[in-house]
Amino acid sequence: MSDSVTLPAPAATARAGAEPWGAKPRRALSGRNIMLYGTLLVAALYYLLPLYVMIVTSLKGMPEIRLGNIFSPPLEITFEPWAKAWASACTGLNCDGLSRGFWNSVRITVPSTLISILVASVNGYALANWKFRGADIFFTILIVGAFIPYQVMIYPIVIVLREMGIYGTLTGLVIVHTIFGMPILTLLFRNYFSALPEELFKAARIDGAGFWQIYLRIMLPMSLPIFVVAMILQITGIWNDFLFGVVFTRPEVYPMTVQLNNIVNSVQGVKEYNVNMAATLLTGAVPLIVYFVSGRLFVRGIAAGAVKG
Amino acid sequence: MTGQAHTGRPRRLLRNLSSKIASIPMMLTAVVIFLGGTIWTVVYSFTNSKLLPRANFVGFDQYERLWDAPRWIVSIQNLAIYGALTLVFSLVVGFVLAALMDQKIRFENTFRTIFLYPFALSFIVTGLVWQWILNPEFGVQSVVRALGWTSFTFDPLYNADIVIYGVLIAGLWQGTGLVMCLLLAGLRGIDEDIWKAARVDGIPMWKTYLFIVIPMMRPVFITTLVIIASGIVKVYDLVVAQTSGGPGIASEVPAKYVYDYMFQAQNLGQGFAASTMMLVTVAIIIIPWAYLEFGGRKRV
Repeated sequence: MSDSVTLPAPAATARAGAEPWGAKPRRALSGRNIMLYGTLLVAALYYLLPLYVMIVTSLKGMPEIRLGNIFSPPLEITFEPWAKAWASACTGLNCDGLSRGFWNSVRITVPSTLISILVASVNGYALANWKFRGADIFFTILIVGAFIPYQVMIYPIVIVLREMGIYGTLTGLVIVHTIFGMPILTLLFRNYFSALPEELFKAARIDGAGFWQIYLRIMLPMSLPIFVVAMILQITGIWNDFLFGVVFTRPEVYPMTVQLNNIVNSVQGVKEYNVNMAATLLTGAVPLIVYFVSGRLFVRGIAAGAVKG
Repeated sequence: MTGQAHTGRPRRLLRNLSSKIASIPMMLTAVVIFLGGTIWTVVYSFTNSKLLPRANFVGFDQYERLWDAPRWIVSIQNLAIYGALTLVFSLVVGFVLAALMDQKIRFENTFRTIFLYPFALSFIVTGLVWQWILNPEFGVQSVVRALGWTSFTFDPLYNADIVIYGVLIAGLWQGTGLVMCLLLAGLRGIDEDIWKAARVDGIPMWKTYLFIVIPMMRPVFITTLVIIASGIVKVYDLVVAQTSGGPGIASEVPAKYVYDYMFQAQNLGQGFAASTMMLVTVAIIIIPWAYLEFGGRKRV
């Protein structure tokens, strides 16, 4: 803008042209690099350690666990703990392993994810494109509500579900997940739809398309990436839920996390650490797979979740 | 719009009808559950409800009983220790990791994947893994002793004085990756010219971070702070899985107090009072933040 700023610029470009491009080349083993990568590697080891311990422990037999230390690799690899954790570990009276909890979690996660995303995307669409008077008031309550501790709202929901006759059932839990997924997902979709070019929406309106037609024919096909982000967010969130599972379901329909906790922290019987770790890994497997497969989209999901409010 | 006016103005309520119908779930959730539910709980915290909620108002009785209960006091102390240390450590560690990741390193994606994967795991899984690693008979303590340091003692989960630090280690393992990611995004938003200017002026790197970059990242830090803080107040599953509140009541937290009184001790009034206190705690965190974030913007 001013002359004093523009003057040195030609000199700088001239010098940059004479020199090779890019950052100044550094020796690979400079002191700085050793510090940098050393610190990162130590940190990475700390983060990886629990996963390693889980895997190693789950592949050992109990005698080896009693003798050895938890960090040593198994001398004799056995998959028995995995089989036992899946099919015959006991919680209270029934001894059919984690498989029951796994299928319960599947039956909870699939409908909860689909329904919560469907509801929230329509909400977000209405807020972005069909705003009516007072819509923002509801939206503000929703977003503020995201910060209220769940414990404050749990009991009123128990009453509502009991009145509806679905307290303790999977249906009830699906509704609860839909409710508590709504603030963040609505925000996610509202922001995404608002950023789409408005001309598209207007053109469709002129062509006579209505609320649902525009949603199904234009918004939905254009927004697949955000739907994937929402799915990642919901699948991991719902799968990992413990509180709602334990409050809103009966023991027969406990999700996997609740059953896992009951298996590992049951007081009776000999503690079988290898089975416990296999069970823990099995429960963590689904979100971990989602995480490793989705990569950058997961980061995008939590970043979107982070800017709520 | 003008065309509509000629063909008879539709009733106000019917305008944009599909949108309103589609928003019914949102309206119900916002008004009935979030607003109604919260008010209901606060109101019933002033009753002596036991097994079932009853509108028999007893003033602040439940709150007096709550603050007289040793278990609640321990819960609050734990939350304070856990909360303060989580904030400090996750911000410091998260920022250091983010700053290291921002040095145009190789394998950035690999490191990021490693630092963030615990965040994908549930608190139950986190708690159980660390319960096993901190197991004094087989875990870290026994390994160090086997190396020859026989008097080494590190059994946080069996020692009432330090059990909350055992929970803290697990909590930090799970959550610092998220903080790192958020702060890294903030660092990437800093203009490259700032760095160049600082280098031209010969300011050492740590000083640039401390006095220029961190103050510039204030909004990111505040958002991160709010996210960590609202997570801390909710901490429940981690304690249930790792220690079940033990040994004794040494690692109890408010969220667990609420659950136990509502669903196990059948003392709803206490549960409501305790959950209302949690709400107050969150309000103390959120309201100043909302004021700074939204109130401040209007003034400027």
